Amino acid sequence: MAADGTMTATAPAAVSPGVNSLQRFARRRSTIAFVMALPLLAVIGGLVVYPFFYALYLSTLNRTMVRNIGLGNFEILLDTETFWMVIWQSCIFAVGAVLLKALIGFILAHQLHHIPAKGQKKWRGMLLIPWVMPPALSTLGWWWMFDPSYSSINWLLSVVGVPAVPWLGEPNWARFAVILVNVWVGAPFFMIMYLAALKSVPDQLYEAAAIDGATGWQGLRHITLPMMRNIISITVLFSLIVTFANYDIVRVLTNGGPRDMTHLFATYAFQVGILSGNVPRGAAVSLFMFPLLAIFAFFILRDVTKRNKEQM
Amino acid sequence: MAGNRLTRRRLLRNGAGVIAAGALSAPMVHAQGTGGTLRCGWWDHWVPVGNNIMRELCREWGERNRVEVVSDFITSVGNQNLLTIAAQAQSRSGHDILAFPTWEPSAHARLLEPVDDVVGRLEQKYGKIAPAAEYLGKREGAWRAVPAVSGTQLKPAMIRFDLLKQHAGIDIQEMWPAKPEMGPGADRWNWDTFLMAAEKCHAAGVPFGLPMGQFTDAVDWVGALFRGYGASMLDEKGNVTVRNNPKLRQAVEYLVRLSKFLPNDVWAWDDASNNRWMISGRGALIFNPPSAWAVAKRDNPQVAEKIWQAPIPAGPEGRFVPYLPYFWGIWSFSRNKSAAKSLLEFLSERSSAERQTTTSSGYDIPPFQSMSDFKVWETEGPPQGVVYNYPNKPHQKGELNVAFAPAPAEIAVQAYNQAINTKVIARISQGGESIDQALAWAERELRNFARG
Repeated sequence: MAADGTMTATAPAAVSPGVNSLQRFARRRSTIAFVMALPLLAVIGGLVVYPFFYALYLSTLNRTMVRNIGLGNFEILLDTETFWMVIWQSCIFAVGAVLLKALIGFILAHQLHHIPAKGQKKWRGMLLIPWVMPPALSTLGWWWMFDPSYSSINWLLSVVGVPAVPWLGEPNWARFAVILVNVWVGAPFFMIMYLAALKSVPDQLYEAAAIDGATGWQGLRHITLPMMRNIISITVLFSLIVTFANYDIVRVLTNGGPRDMTHLFATYAFQVGILSGNVPRGAAVSLFMFPLLAIFAFFILRDVTKRNKEQM
Repeated sequence: MAGNRLTRRRLLRNGAGVIAAGALSAPMVHAQGTGGTLRCGWWDHWVPVGNNIMRELCREWGERNRVEVVSDFITSVGNQNLLTIAAQAQSRSGHDILAFPTWEPSAHARLLEPVDDVVGRLEQKYGKIAPAAEYLGKREGAWRAVPAVSGTQLKPAMIRFDLLKQHAGIDIQEMWPAKPEMGPGADRWNWDTFLMAAEKCHAAGVPFGLPMGQFTDAVDWVGALFRGYGASMLDEKGNVTVRNNPKLRQAVEYLVRLSKFLPNDVWAWDDASNNRWMISGRGALIFNPPSAWAVAKRDNPQVAEKIWQAPIPAGPEGRFVPYLPYFWGIWSFSRNKSAAKSLLEFLSERSSAERQTTTSSGYDIPPFQSMSDFKVWETEGPPQGVVYNYPNKPHQKGELNVAFAPAPAEIAVQAYNQAINTKVIARISQGGESIDQALAWAERELRNFARG
C-alpha cells in the first residue's frame, strides 16, 4: 500500500500467467472506482439527468401534450407580463435573501468564534435550530405570526400602540415576509460554514498582524476575508441555487399573492403546470431557472478557479 | 376379482387424481364467486366520519357483488390529490376509480372511461344533472366522470342573522325561512341590497368577510357575482370578451365599491380565513358551505346559534350559486371497469347519497336537484334549519355556477386557478390602477391562456 493509503498497481512479475486482459482491466484502479461510483451515477441519472431531459421534452409540447410546438411555450411566457414579474421577483428574492443570509451568518460566526469553546457548543446548537427544522413546519409557525387577521406580531405591536401591519396582504410587506423567513431558515447554514472557515485561519497570522499594529478591522479585511473568500463564494453559489428554487415558504405564506407579487419560479411553475393543467408551460417556467443559475455559477466558479491558480 | 381389487398403488393413484382435480378446480370456483379487486382513491373528507361512510358503502356493495373494494383516502391538503392524479395519468397505472376535483375530468378526459351509461340511468331516475356539472364532467360529447356526492360543495351566504338585523335591518330568517318558500322581502335579496348591508355592517365594525385573494373561495363568489351581472371574460369558444363589455365593467365597478367595505387584509385571505372570520364572531357574513358553522358549533357555540344560511344574492341576470364539485372517474387503464361503473352507480343512488350527506352534517351536495330535500338539512341545528337553504332548492330560483364557464375548460381552468377575476379588482382597489388598465392586463393574460 502506498503512503497515501491507496493500493498500488501490482508488479507485472506478480501477475500469474493465467490472468487475461479482462481480469487485468477489472483490477485497474480506475475500473474499480468507476464500478463503485456506478450506484451514485445511476441515482444522478435517474433523479437528475432523466427528469431534466424529460422536462425539456415536456416544455416543447402543446397544452394538451399531443403536439410538438418547439419553443412556443418559452415564447408565450416571455410575452406574459406576470412571468416577467416572476423573473424579477425571483432575482430580488434570491439575491436579497442570500446577501442577508451571508451577512448575518458572517456576524454570527464571528460572535461564536470568540465565545470560549466550553459554551460554544450550546450556542451553536441553538442557532442551528431554524436550519434543521423542516421548513414547511417552521413556515407554518411564521404564517401564524403573520396571519392577516390574527397576527401575533401585530398583537405585540398593538400593545405598544403601533398600528397593525398587513404582513401578507400588502405586496411589499409580503415580499419582505417571505425574504425574512428564508433568511431565518438559511442563515445558520452560512454561520456553520463560515465558522468552520474561521477556525482554519492560523492564529499566527493575527498575532503577526497585531505585532505590526493592525487594527481589528484591518485584520478582518486583510486576513479573515481573503482566507475565507473561496468558502464564501461556494456557500453563496450553493445557497443561490437552493434559494432560487425555493417553493415551500412562498406556497405556505402567500401562495404567490397578493397579485402574484411574491411568486417565484417554482411556485409559478406549480400554479401553471399542476393547478392550471398546463404541464408543458409549467415545465418551461421551471426550466427558465437553469440559464439564470448557469450565469451565476459561471462567474462564481470562475473566480474560485482563478484564486486557486493564483495560490498555487 | 383380481382385476377390481383395490391395491395400494391404485389407491394412491386415484387419491392423487382427486386431490389434483380439487386443487385445479378450487381457484375456478373462487373466481366465479368474486369480481376481483377494485382499487378506489376517494377524497379525504374534511369531516372525518365522511371517510367512514364511504368505507361502509363500499363494503356493502362489495359484499353484495363479491368484489373486494380497497379504499384509499387522498387528501387535498397541499394539492396531494392533484399530484396523485398527475402521477397516475403519466404512469398509466394506479387506482381503478379516483375522485377528481372540479377541473380534472376535462384535463384528463382522454384517459377516462366514458360513463354515459351510468349517468343516463341516474338521470332517468333522478332528473337532469345541473348544467354546471355537465360543463365540467362532459367532454367531446361523453360524460368522463360521474358528479360525486362526497366532497361537492356550494357556497351560499352564511349570515349572523342577529348582526344583519341589528345593523342593516334585514331579517334573513324571515326572508329565507326553513321552508320550501321565499319569505317576505326575499325578492329584494339582490346585490344592491347586499352592498347597502355591507356598508352598514362595516360601519358597525362587523364587516362582511369576503376573500379577494387567489384561492377558490374568492374566485368562486366573485365568479358568481360576475355571472349575476351577465359579465364574462371569455366566451364559449375561448375568445376574450373583456374589451367594450359594459356588463363586465358594471360588475367590476360594483366590486370596487364593495371592496371598500371589506376588511383591509382580504387580499391575502385563504380558504380558511373567512371561516375563522365567522367563527370568531368578527363578521356578519361570509360565503361558505356549512363547515364554518359546524366548527363554530364545537368551538364557539354562542356564535353558531346565531348563524343562518341563505342563498347568494341575485343580480340583474339571475341568482348564481358558487359550485365546487368533485367527480368520480374511472381510468381507461382500469382492469375492472364494469365493476367500477356498478359501484359508482350505487354510490350515486338516492339512499347512498343521503347517507353521505347526513354523515357530513349536510356538507356533501348531490348533483340532482331532486335530492335537495334530504332530512338532514331540516334537522341540523342549532338553530334548527340553519342549513335548510344550503342546497340549491327549486324555490330559491338559483343556478349553479362555475367561474369562467362557459369557456372551454382547458382555458377556463387557467383563468380560474390564476384568479384573473379577483386580481382585476385587486389591481384597481389595492394597486391603484384604473379599470381600463386592469382590464387591459386581464385581456393580455387571458389571450395567452388560449395559446400553445
